[in-house]
Amino acid sequence: MDFNLTEERQMLQDTLRRYLSDKYTTATRNTILESETGMSADIWAGLAELGVIGALFTEEEGGFGGAGFDITTVFEELGRAGVVEPMLETAVLGGRLLAALGNDSQTALIEEVIGGGLHLAFAHGEPTSRYDLNRVATEAKVSGGDIVLNGRKAVVANAEAAGYLIVSAREGGAVDDEAGISLFLVPAGTSGVTLRGYPLFAGGRAAEVTLDEVRLPASARLGAAGAAYGAIAGAVAAANVALAAEALGAMVTATELTRGYLMTRQQFGRPIGSFQALQHRFSDLLIELEQARSAVINAAGHLSDPVAERDRQIAAARNLIGRAGRLVAEEAIQMHGGIAMTQEYELAHIAKRIVMTDHRFGDTDYHLERFIALSAA
Amino acid sequence: MDLSYSPAEQAFREEVRAFLRDELPAALSDKVRSGAELGKADIEQWHAILNGRGWLAANWPKEYGGAEWNAVQRHIFEEEAAQANAPRIVPFGLSMLAPVLMKFGNQAQKDYYLPRILNGDDWWCQGYSEPGAGSDLASLKTRAVREGDHYIVNGQKTWTTLGQHANKIFCLVRTNPDVKQQEGISFLLIDMDTPGIEVRPIILLDGTPEVNEVFFDNVKVPAENLVGEENKGWTYAKYLLTHERTNIAGVGFSQAGLDALKRIARVEMSGGRPLIENPHFAARMAKVEIDLMAMATTNLRIISQAASGQAPGVESSMLKVKGTIIRQEINDLTRRAVGPYALPFPSEALAGNNDPIGPDYAAPLSAEYFNNRKLSIFGGSNEIQRGIIAKVKMGG
Repeated sequence: MDFNLTEERQMLQDTLRRYLSDKYTTATRNTILESETGMSADIWAGLAELGVIGALFTEEEGGFGGAGFDITTVFEELGRAGVVEPMLETAVLGGRLLAALGNDSQTALIEEVIGGGLHLAFAHGEPTSRYDLNRVATEAKVSGGDIVLNGRKAVVANAEAAGYLIVSAREGGAVDDEAGISLFLVPAGTSGVTLRGYPLFAGGRAAEVTLDEVRLPASARLGAAGAAYGAIAGAVAAANVALAAEALGAMVTATELTRGYLMTRQQFGRPIGSFQALQHRFSDLLIELEQARSAVINAAGHLSDPVAERDRQIAAARNLIGRAGRLVAEEAIQMHGGIAMTQEYELAHIAKRIVMTDHRFGDTDYHLERFIALSAA
Repeated sequence: MDLSYSPAEQAFREEVRAFLRDELPAALSDKVRSGAELGKADIEQWHAILNGRGWLAANWPKEYGGAEWNAVQRHIFEEEAAQANAPRIVPFGLSMLAPVLMKFGNQAQKDYYLPRILNGDDWWCQGYSEPGAGSDLASLKTRAVREGDHYIVNGQKTWTTLGQHANKIFCLVRTNPDVKQQEGISFLLIDMDTPGIEVRPIILLDGTPEVNEVFFDNVKVPAENLVGEENKGWTYAKYLLTHERTNIAGVGFSQAGLDALKRIARVEMSGGRPLIENPHFAARMAKVEIDLMAMATTNLRIISQAASGQAPGVESSMLKVKGTIIRQEINDLTRRAVGPYALPFPSEALAGNNDPIGPDYAAPLSAEYFNNRKLSIFGGSNEIQRGIIAKVKMGG
């Protein structure tokens, strides 16, 4: 047993933490939130230069990490600082799908991703698919030598910035079959693709994507026809590890801010943290935080396990983080009082990041059901 | 024991229902239903409609132009109004300041201010909290110094709800810094147009400019604007708080929220089936409904005591704690119900001038969830309420 970070990961953590605490101040981040693109090109270039993107890929793929603990090291730091840049979309989801299924010319794009020059978006969820990964109604039909896509994709994060959308579409099977789903690499601006972009509640941007007779060459397909589900589930598993770690980082910040506030805010002639009723509630947050950290470690440590055990561990982590996250976000706001309700205060953004994590790739209940099903299997 | 409303009360409910059906403009109820922001004109319109019927000032005696409803009638109206998605009555003039003026104001103040509140000539806001005086309100520092026939006011108020619309503010100010905190506070009425007042909006975490900071820099206030006696303001403030305890449980809002949640859960799909059939989600909804059913009866028990003349005491604090927990839980479930469509921040959709992103009911849900975290913070935080309960029941 060794619960220490390797030397490389420790360095990555230190470097990233220093970089973000210097560059990603509350004021800077609030400017980014107000901006039209919802992200900072400078910050993205900075993260690429530090090797943060490269840390999310294996050496074989052109990076120098790519394991579960590389993901958690990076995303805990992003979560601590409330970073809204689309690392999850471009590097984890997009990058892993390319790496898992791409041919040589497709995987060549990873180098651009690692260098910070290319964004990706995973256009998978649909208006009524909720969190089900297997539910794909978008159709792909072979027409002559081409492929034609028709359908709608919902809340596609980072769609506007992406050089390519990675679009899932059905080439066979029923609407909720795992088999029959394919992925296609759709360049930005392809005819028939319409994006309706909007900001997200906790920062960043997404779009509703309409695919209307989108004609692609057969070479746009990633991997074999109808066989993409395993890669999708794998990329989403990694994304769930990342989201859990990001929420953990945000919870650390929320707890730190609360500690500081309890110790300095004076009411009734003394710091409010001297009231035992608040001390006990603050202690409960710390207890849940340790639980959350262990859940993240469990999930990251099992990311390369056989699928059933991998997914069971991940469902457990996301369920626990969902519960602990809501507690931390709500209690941190409550113990701060009114100040935490203001947009310019750091905690407001951090709390939004924590709570909104629960709407990505499954909420607390969804992961509870997954855990029950996978445990019974 | 009899859980039913009397025939007279049922007839009253029908009367309220018919009024809301006939008089509540669809443009207003649509805004409330969709969570769109209500403007000043919207609220003034609704107040004027109610005033036309004599129902704006539910708690005022008839001699001042009020409806003089008892607690049960007020409860029935609030329940029906919430169901009908009527705008909330803005309470600052009507149910916060007015009872204080009626009890402690002089005749000139009553004659001048009360009709203006009723007719919408004045929009009052509340100058209570300060940056350093939140839960510990009595520590407030905004200073008022008597100079001839004026007070000179310096200091800062905060969390002033809808202060951007107000032309008047009632303030707690410190007139004697040398005595016990509670004994040096006065209750002043201040015109917002007076030179030296600056209102700065505070943007809340859901993006709305609902509250403000109000700064006072050598603001000259006529001495006749003092309510009651100098240095007795804390007594009046406490009186105000005990009278602002109707509808503290928010039963009507919770009931309307739960109904909306069920409507959404019937159409949202989870695993190819309606969300309402998902056992985990159904269990969460059931738990909060069970809590709400019991709280509604607790609320009625306290209301019927109040209707028979007993002033509610510590029960108000209990209702505030439980009521806010239930409302916040319903907000949480409703946000969850829409899955990924809770993620967009549809500022355009909320302003009511664009097509919705995803289902039309999804737009305001995350904003409402976050905005309503305030329920357990303002008006005496839930921690303060628990302190009151313990103090009363344990004789501390």
